[in-house]
Amino acid sequence: MSHGWTREQMAARAAHDIPDGAYVNLGIGIPELVTQFVPEGREFIYHTENGMLGMGPPPTEDERDLDLMNAGKKYVTELPGAVYFHHADSFSMIRGGHIDVCVLGTMQVAENGDIANWSTGAPDAIPAVGGAMDLVQGVEKIYVITQHTTKTGEPKLVGRCSYPLTGAGVVSRIFTDLAVVDVTPDGFQVVELAPGVDFDEVQQKTGAPIRPPA
Amino acid sequence: MINKQCPSVAEAVADIPDGATVMVGGFGASGSPVELLHALIDHGARDLTVINNNTGNGEVGLAALIGNGQVRKMICSFPRSSQSKVFPELYRAGRIELEVVPQGTLAERIRAAGAGIPAFYTPTAVGTVLAEGKESREFDGREYLMERWLKADFALIKCETADPLGNLTFNKTGRNFSPLMCMAATTTIVQATHLVARGNINPEHIVTPGIFVDRVVEVPDPVHEDILIAEGRRYA
Repeated sequence: MSHGWTREQMAARAAHDIPDGAYVNLGIGIPELVTQFVPEGREFIYHTENGMLGMGPPPTEDERDLDLMNAGKKYVTELPGAVYFHHADSFSMIRGGHIDVCVLGTMQVAENGDIANWSTGAPDAIPAVGGAMDLVQGVEKIYVITQHTTKTGEPKLVGRCSYPLTGAGVVSRIFTDLAVVDVTPDGFQVVELAPGVDFDEVQQKTGAPIRPPA
Repeated sequence: MINKQCPSVAEAVADIPDGATVMVGGFGASGSPVELLHALIDHGARDLTVINNNTGNGEVGLAALIGNGQVRKMICSFPRSSQSKVFPELYRAGRIELEVVPQGTLAERIRAAGAGIPAFYTPTAVGTVLAEGKESREFDGREYLMERWLKADFALIKCETADPLGNLTFNKTGRNFSPLMCMAATTTIVQATHLVARGNINPEHIVTPGIFVDRVVEVPDPVHEDILIAEGRRYA
């Protein structure tokens, strides 16, 4: 019997909650898999911070243009209808509230919607924020895809983030390997449990109070 | 007749003095003005403050300028790179300063400088360590931080096509910060892959109007950082 969701299933579950016609910005890592699971009959238009709407999949060797990269500095392609623009326009789309959904990975999410995904705050860490702080403040729906716990079993859904914040009170919904969890004014609320997962396990692996599915 | 054409990259950067603030276009390797950066290494100006989204790749272009000890301070949003150890090693050794700016704030600070706007308010970074020491103000019930414009003495820019008036087009995501930096620098120096006669760029297709550009030097078949790195090249 299966237990929980794989990375691909987490991405598919997140894609399920993105409406047709949405302008979507995807973070690096599991969020990138969302493009593979667009539900039948829907179209998402992908935004990349470095100045493009209508981003397509990685190129073949022949298709590759050395100037055409995504925000993760990977080579990409343009889809029909794609458009390029400079950085101030790109971040006006983000900060002006024009991007509908942003899907991010994270180190921690707190029960009040705080997110920490840019720095461990370690003394020798080189701080590198990129566009994360702009995205979490400017995009209306901030979705997070993450394993429910760290590799060593520590909760990633916590009462208060111990790492430096990317933004305060900004996360809407979290897709983990165990459950879909909403951030509500009353804290974490399980929306859906993954196959083979019971609520007690989710509660035990969450670092803050969490309410069972209604 | 106005003609902003400059005969060589060496002459184009020859008056950049020690201590200058220099904006460098490009996002990672995309749109990076590698030939102008290498000319600046040859020129040797030191004690520079450099503004770019990143800190360069491998040991070429911006990374080579940093590695050559010419940069006192970097202002950027993402100083880490999977392809370069140059900046991290100098930073950890305390030999280079760093100002980290959220990417959208960096873009808007540059745009504001070009537009003559000394400061603006943004919600980006509210509630984070990057808000420390910044003035904040509430508008319509939400907290915003005040951010200052960001100007430069020089901008080094790569474009696809230019004319002698400095009208520019770019290639795909190679555009990124470059049009903003053209506006924000006192002297904007552009390397163009193609230099065409006046009137040969459709006015509707021009991205950066020549009023924002001071010098254009043609660099046909420009090198690309990713190719140089794949070939194991370094510039010193």
